[in-house]
Amino acid sequence: MDQGSAAGTGGTLISLSDSEQRCYSGLYALCQPDSSGKLAAGKVAELFRASQLPAETLHQVTEVCGAKRLGYFGCGQFYGALKLMAAAQAGLPVRLESIAGELPLPVFVGITNELEMRYPNQPLTNESQSHILGSVTGSAPRPPADRPVLRHPDTSMDKQEVWSPPQSPGISPPRSPSAYRSYPYGAQRNGTDTLLVYEAKVPGLPSVPQENSSPSHYSLRLQPEQPVITRVASVERLVERVEVDYSDDPWRITEEQREYYTIQFRSLQPDLSALIMGTVAKNFFTKSKLPILELSHIWELSDVDKDGALTFPEFCTAFHLIVARKNGYPLPETLPATLRPGFVEAAVVTAPPSEKIGSVDLQMTSRQGVTTKQEARDESRKPEFSPKRIPEPHEKPTQHVSTLKPDSPQELDANMKSRTRPRSYSSTSIDDAMKKVEEPPTPPPRPQKTHSRASSLDLNKLFQQSGQGSRRSQHSLSAKSGWLPPPPALPPRPPATQIFSFIPGSEKSSQKVVQQPNFADFSKFREEQETSVRGGLSTEDLTPPKLDSTVVHQGHAPQKPVRRKIHPESQSATPPSATPYSAATLTKSTQRPPPKQKREIQMAIRKNRETNAVLTRLNSELQQQLKVVHRERVTLESQLELLRPVAST
Amino acid sequence: MAVCIAVIAKENYPLYIRSVPTQGELKFHYTVHTSLDVVEEKISGVGKALADQRELYLGLLYPTEDYKVYGYVTNSKVKFVIVVDSSNTSLRDNEIRSMFRKLHNSFTDVMCNPFYNPGDPIQSKGHQTAQTHLPGNF
Repeated sequence: MDQGSAAGTGGTLISLSDSEQRCYSGLYALCQPDSSGKLAAGKVAELFRASQLPAETLHQVTEVCGAKRLGYFGCGQFYGALKLMAAAQAGLPVRLESIAGELPLPVFVGITNELEMRYPNQPLTNESQSHILGSVTGSAPRPPADRPVLRHPDTSMDKQEVWSPPQSPGISPPRSPSAYRSYPYGAQRNGTDTLLVYEAKVPGLPSVPQENSSPSHYSLRLQPEQPVITRVASVERLVERVEVDYSDDPWRITEEQREYYTIQFRSLQPDLSALIMGTVAKNFFTKSKLPILELSHIWELSDVDKDGALTFPEFCTAFHLIVARKNGYPLPETLPATLRPGFVEAAVVTAPPSEKIGSVDLQMTSRQGVTTKQEARDESRKPEFSPKRIPEPHEKPTQHVSTLKPDSPQELDANMKSRTRPRSYSSTSIDDAMKKVEEPPTPPPRPQKTHSRASSLDLNKLFQQSGQGSRRSQHSLSAKSGWLPPPPALPPRPPATQIFSFIPGSEKSSQKVVQQPNFADFSKFREEQETSVRGGLSTEDLTPPKLDSTVVHQGHAPQKPVRRKIHPESQSATPPSATPYSAATLTKSTQRPPPKQKREIQMAIRKNRETNAVLTRLNSELQQQLKVVHRERVTLESQLELLRPVAST
Repeated sequence: MAVCIAVIAKENYPLYIRSVPTQGELKFHYTVHTSLDVVEEKISGVGKALADQRELYLGLLYPTEDYKVYGYVTNSKVKFVIVVDSSNTSLRDNEIRSMFRKLHNSFTDVMCNPFYNPGDPIQSKGHQTAQTHLPGNF
C-alpha cells in the first residue's frame, strides 16, 4: 500500500498528521480495499457523498488526486482525495498546493461503519483529542494501510502531550453529528490524561475554527526524519488493539451510560426493580424526537418479555438503542448480544444497580478515557432529553462480580415471572430458572426409600462380598450413618434416581440424598425383604442382582444392563420429577457410578417387590370380599327358596 | 401452505394483509373481504354470553375450489383470516389452530408496543418475521 500514494499525489508527498493518518487509514479500510489496494468504488462514492461537498468539487478532487487518471482509487489517491476534501471543506480550492499545508480532517456525515459505531461513547473526547492532535473530525481510523506519505508521526505523537497544553485553549467541541465519527486512536493511546484535562471543555459547542490549534500542530509534522513505517506499524498495532477493545462499543452499555440510564429510570420510576409502564415510557422516549416507527422498532427489540412495560434492563436497552440511533447508527434487526437482557442482567441487580455496572464494564474501566467520554457523551445526549442529567463521576469501578451470581438468578427468575407469555430469550436465564425450579423438588424422598434401603442393605452386603471400593463402603457407611428417620413412605419412584444412574457422578449424590430419608422406612420392609433381597439379589430378580454382583465384583458398573432394568420402571414414573432430580443431582455430582447402579438395581428390585406385596395383599383382600359376597349370595338364595314355596302356595 | 394471512380490525378494515405474491394478491384481498361476511354471521350467532361461549377459532369459513378460508376472532373483535391452498390436504385442524395462536401472539406483541396506535396498519418488522415463521408460510 505504500506504493500508490506517491504516484497518486503526483509525486508530491503530502504530509499527514498523526490523526489524519489514522483517520485516513480507517477510511481506507472502510472502503474495502481489495488485494491490490484498490478501493471499492461504491464505498468511495458513499464516503465522498458523506463529505457533503458539491458534486463538482468531488469531481475535482477525484481528478486532482489522480484517481480519475488511474481509473481507481488506490491508497495514495484515496489519501490525497481525503486531504483534498478536507481542503475543500475548509474552503480552500481543490489543488495539490492547498493540501500541502495543514488542514483539518475531512468531515463525513452519515458514514456508519463499524469503527464509528465503536465509538459512540467518545465523540467529545475524540474531538478534544483531535484538537490535541490538531485534527478536527474525521472517520474512525482502522487498521491502517501503510502510508508512505505519512510523516512525522513520531514527532507528532511525541509532541502530543507537550503540545496539548498550548492547544487546550484552541480546543473546540465538535459538532455533535460528526463527533462520533472522529475516534482517533490516539485518543485512547495517549489521550486519557489529556482527555481528562479537556473533558470539561468538550461539552457540545458549535464547531470552532480548529485550525487555530492545527497550524501549531501541523507545523510539527513538517519536521521529517522519523521512520514513518515503523511508526505506522506501531500505530497499526495500537489501532488494532484499541479497535479490539471497542469491538462491542456501540451496543455495549458503558458504566457512565448505565449510570445515566439509572438516573433516568429513577426519574420515571423510583423503584429500580419495578416496571415502567408502556405509556410512561412512550412519553419519555417520544421526547427523543425519533420517528414513531423507529421508536416502535426499538420497543420491540427491547421489550423482550412482551409485557408492555420495561424493566430496568429493558429500559437501559431501549435507551441505549435510542441514543445509538440518535447518533446515527442504524437500528439492528435483532437485539445485539451485549444488549440482551441476559447480558444486561448480569450487570444489573434489583438492588442498587450501580454496583453491578462495574462488572459489566470491567473491561471498560481500564480505559479511563471511556468514562470521561461517557460524561461528555451524556452531556451531548442531555439536550435531546429534557430531563436533567447529572453526570456522575465514574466512581464505582470494579464491582463484586461474585454478587452477580446470586443476583442474576434472581433477576432471571423475576424476568421469568414477569413474562406473561414465556419467551426464551436467554438460555442462561432459562437454565438458571430451571435449575432453581429443579432444586426445590429434589427432596422428595420417594425414590430414596428404595435407594436407601437397597443401598443400605445391598451395598453393605456387596461391599463385604466384594471387598471392593473401600471408598464405596465408606460412602455407604457414611451414608448409612448419616441416614435419618425418613419421612413416611412414599410411592416408589425408581426412575428419578435410577435415571440418575445414567449420569455418572450424579448418581452418588442422588443416591446419597435418596438413602437418607428412606432408610427408616424400609426398615420394616427390610426384615421381610432382606432375606428375600439377599436371596433375590442372586436369584429372584434375575439380571439386576446378577448385574449388581458383577458390577460389584468388577467394580465397573455396566451402564446398559442397569438401564435396561431401570427403564421399565422409569417409564412408569413421572418424567418431570425425573428431570428435576437429574438436574439436582447434576449439581451435586459426585463419583462412584458402580455402586450407584447397583443400588439402583437393588432399588428397582425392591420396588418391584413392594408392588408385588401390595398387589398380593390387595388380591387377598379382594378374595376375602369375594368370599363374603358369595356367602351372602348363598344365604339370600336360600331365603328365596324358602319363600318361594310359600309364595307359590 | 397458507397463501394469505390477514388481520382485520374491529371496524372491518384491514390492519395487515400479506399474501404469497405468486398469485394475484387482489384475489386474496377480495376473498378475505368476502369472508368477513361469514365471520360476522358466525359471531353474531351467539346472542347471550358473548366471549364466554364463543369459540375464538371459527374454523373453516368456506371452501372454494382452489383454497379454503379459515377464520379466528379475538375478544376485541379483531379478526384473523387465513387462506390456505386446497391442494394442501395435509393441513389438519390443529395446525390451523396453532397458526392462529401464533398469529394472535404476534398480534398481541404488536399491541403491547406503546408506540403502536390501535387502528394503525401494522408495520412492525417483528410481526412480519413472525408471519414468515408460521408453518410453511411464504
